[in-house]
Amino acid sequence: MNFIIEKTFLSENVARLVVEAPLIAQKQHPGQFVIVRTDEKGERIPLTIADADKERGTITLIVQRVGTSSHKISLLNAGSRLLDVSGPLGRPTHIENKGTVLACGGGVGIAPLFPIARAFKEAGNRLIAVLGARTRELLILEGEMAAFADETVVMTDDGSYGKKGVITIGIEEVLRREPVHLAVAIGPAVMMKFVALLTRRYGVPTIASLNTIMVDGTGMCGACRVSVGGKTRFVCIDGPEFDAHEIDYDEMIQRLGTYRAEEKESYDAYLGTLS
Amino acid sequence: MPVDFQDLSADRGQKWREDLRAALAAKERSALPRVKMPELAPAERIKGFREVNSGLNEEMAVREAKRCLDCITPSCVSGCPVGINIPGFIKRIEAGDFLAAARKLKETNALPAVCGRVCPQEVQCESKCVYHKMKKPPVAVGYLERFASDCERSERRAAGAAAPVPGAEAANGSRVAAIGSGPASLTFAGQMARFGFRVTVFEALHELAGVLSYGIPEFRLPKGIVRSEIAYLESIGVVFERNVVVGKTLSMDDLKSQGFQGFFIGSGAGLPKFMHIPGENAIGIYSSNEYLTRVNLMRAYQFPEYDTPIVRGRRVAVIGGGNTAMDSVRTAVRLGAEKAMIVYRRSEEEMPARIEEVHHAKEEGVEFLTLTNPVEYVPDASGRVKQMKVQNMELGAADDSGRRRPVAIAGSEHLIDVDTVVVGVGTDPNPLIPRSIPGLEVSKWGTIVVDEETMGTSLPGVYAGGDIVRGGATVILAMGDGKKAAEALRDFLRREFPAG
Ligand SMILES: Cc1cc2nc3c(=O)[nH]c(=O)nc-3n(C[C@H](O)[C@H](O)[C@H](O)COP(=O)(O)OP(=O)(O)OC[C@H]3O[C@@H](n4cnc5c(N)ncnc54)[C@H](O)[C@@H]3O)c2cc1C
Ligand SMILES: Cc1cc2nc3c(=O)[nH]c(=O)nc-3n(C[C@H](O)[C@H](O)[C@H](O)COP(=O)(O)OP(=O)(O)OC[C@H]3O[C@@H](n4cnc5c(N)ncnc54)[C@H](O)[C@@H]3O)c2cc1C
Ligand code: SF4
Ligand code: SF4
Ligand code: FES
Repeated sequence: MNFIIEKTFLSENVARLVVEAPLIAQKQHPGQFVIVRTDEKGERIPLTIADADKERGTITLIVQRVGTSSHKISLLNAGSRLLDVSGPLGRPTHIENKGTVLACGGGVGIAPLFPIARAFKEAGNRLIAVLGARTRELLILEGEMAAFADETVVMTDDGSYGKKGVITIGIEEVLRREPVHLAVAIGPAVMMKFVALLTRRYGVPTIASLNTIMVDGTGMCGACRVSVGGKTRFVCIDGPEFDAHEIDYDEMIQRLGTYRAEEKESYDAYLGTLS
Repeated sequence: MPVDFQDLSADRGQKWREDLRAALAAKERSALPRVKMPELAPAERIKGFREVNSGLNEEMAVREAKRCLDCITPSCVSGCPVGINIPGFIKRIEAGDFLAAARKLKETNALPAVCGRVCPQEVQCESKCVYHKMKKPPVAVGYLERFASDCERSERRAAGAAAPVPGAEAANGSRVAAIGSGPASLTFAGQMARFGFRVTVFEALHELAGVLSYGIPEFRLPKGIVRSEIAYLESIGVVFERNVVVGKTLSMDDLKSQGFQGFFIGSGAGLPKFMHIPGENAIGIYSSNEYLTRVNLMRAYQFPEYDTPIVRGRRVAVIGGGNTAMDSVRTAVRLGAEKAMIVYRRSEEEMPARIEEVHHAKEEGVEFLTLTNPVEYVPDASGRVKQMKVQNMELGAADDSGRRRPVAIAGSEHLIDVDTVVVGVGTDPNPLIPRSIPGLEVSKWGTIVVDEETMGTSLPGVYAGGDIVRGGATVILAMGDGKKAAEALRDFLRREFPAG
């Protein structure tokens, strides 16, 4: 179980793994995630199901190296296995024909955005993708998105590819140009915060998929809690998607920093074992 | 649980029991002092997670067993939710046949090594012991239960063999599923396996046994004991599937199409309650579930050897007065807190925690701020909690539960410095299962509605028990439910599928 069938790197720090998980492949819908543990001493970390193949019984995970656990996963190769994979968790995205849907993905957030965008397209929407990355090397899944999107706009912070500037610039161009009925934003918390501010100005309903710290992923611990519309919600069972205009991003960003010192200690120690 | 006094008296009437009773006069028995549980010294035990109670030795156990008067109508038994033959197992200890004592326990209790350690005996079996009438401390039923089952376990380990299955029936090929792997499901599974059914237990987490694994800490319930009980269940044919979230990974319909004919839901009351007061989402504020899960299940106390971190607070406040709160505060002490506090809105008398845990917590230097209730948390600029605002309380008139209701004293607000807070004010039933099974009747509290006699839910062939039915309760009540449900499901399946 949980064998890795394929492993490739999409960019220097982003790995793509195809994992044998037949039950999860059968059941998953866009917007859902799994909790993964690499080894006996490992953490439980959430990763979005970026794609699934029911026939082959596999799911695709796309993971960006940011610390110990993600680095460990990125180093696993075809033939080895993940110790634990549990899911599909979270509520699926509510897919319907809205008209025009704007899919906004930043960094590794493009991975979870991909199946959602594709599902909106398949439901008959006009789909415009706006993808942002710091620099050309960090941009992932552009070709895959462009394959079904009606239009794909790429923004890089340094202008090394696509248009130069932050993602909101590309988004605003679309919003000024044509009516948009729904926006979906997935990426770093700050990015989602600014996308939400922008789409609110244009009166476009927006959903954001949150990547809070998690432990169990089943509603048991409350590690993943966020404030949405002034109420505490659990991202793992009430989300991961919420009304982007109601989320308290500042609180969420602070909570993501809970273990900064410990994460660094752990990562330094781990990198030490690699060299 | 109705007690079968006929069974008890047949057991009591055996020749060896008569001889044993004759060997020592009741007067001499009742003159013996109650045994004291040997334990690690506080200064020693707070350095780590070793079990605090070290267990009775043989000599102590036999001496304590002598105190039991082997009553004709043993009132203690009616205090035990599963009706264990208490004098029956205790007299076997007195006779020196510890393994027979353990077998006696296993007839009614699948997890005696767990119950002997965590049952609130002072309000159950021991509260009904005849010694209270003599104004003397009751027989130490819990300590003896633990002793006998520990003997049996080390014997089993030494022999490397599976224990015999008491009262096993021939395999009948019918498949049943238990959802969740807490004490309710484990008991159900053991019982069904004995009845000859093929049982599979589905657990959402990567580790089995529910609260026994992720909640109750090592220093109260060593995980090796839980693992050995699981190994025993595996040896009698129970299959365990980890990382399966029923309702997500597999639905009830999937299980039916896989051939399962009967179901038991033991998914627990895992949803943590918060108080919804300002600042509660500040960094450093945990639910007790998260705090204990990080430490027990994920071993954050061994960070960075293990990857899961935890905030090791210097000034830790734990809100609540139950077992969960005591476990959390004693965990904080072991993680190096300089000041560890229990903040509870009623007085110590109303605390639902076991008396032994309160006592141990005090020995370990925990401060008790009773009649105190938090109203707000104050974070620093980076969002970390730095202070909590509390109110003093006084006890007013009794509420529905018969406990006196705490009422805030106006103008009593004051600030306490803290860097970590653990909110242990209870849990709600996990909504995942009820949400995912259409037609399952659920109460307004989110618990699954059952027929108390059979533990049957509103759906035929689907039974439920433990905390998902009761809200937060106890290990032994969960086990009692599992057992009742197993008997009812067996009868149901025999009726529905007579050929099987
Ligand atoms: C529902 C959900 C879906 C997710 N899907 C994906 C995915 O498909 N691919 C992917 O690469 N990541 C995904 N994440 C984020 C991923 O879980 C974290 O990056 C991972 O847990 C980090 O673990 P680590 O030990 O490698 O790094 P850590 O040492 O824990 O963290 C290193 C750095 O990353 C930051 N960080 C920690 N946790 C998160 C987080 N949850 N989100 C963002 N930054 C974080 C920390 O603040 C720190 O600066 C998802 C998160 C959630 C909640
Ligand atoms: C910290 C703490 C200390 C306690 N101390 C004591 C004590 O000293 N004495 C005492 O008698 N009682 C104590 N209790 C209470 C006691 O532990 C519980 O009453 C008991 O464990 C309930 O058992 P259960 O079988 O109903 O469920 P649980 O033990 O809660 O187990 C439920 C299991 O089901 C799993 N699950 C949930 N949903 C799903 C799903 N959809 N699919 C698959 N699996 C699922 C969960 O992951 C969990 O493992 C304590 C509780 C806590 C939290
Ligand atoms: S199971 Fe619990 S209540 Fe029953 S005899 Fe044992 S310790 Fe007492
Ligand atoms: S009531 Fe007390 S003395 Fe009597 S049988 Fe029970 S434990 Fe023994
Ligand atoms: S991750 Fe534990 S409740 Fe959401």
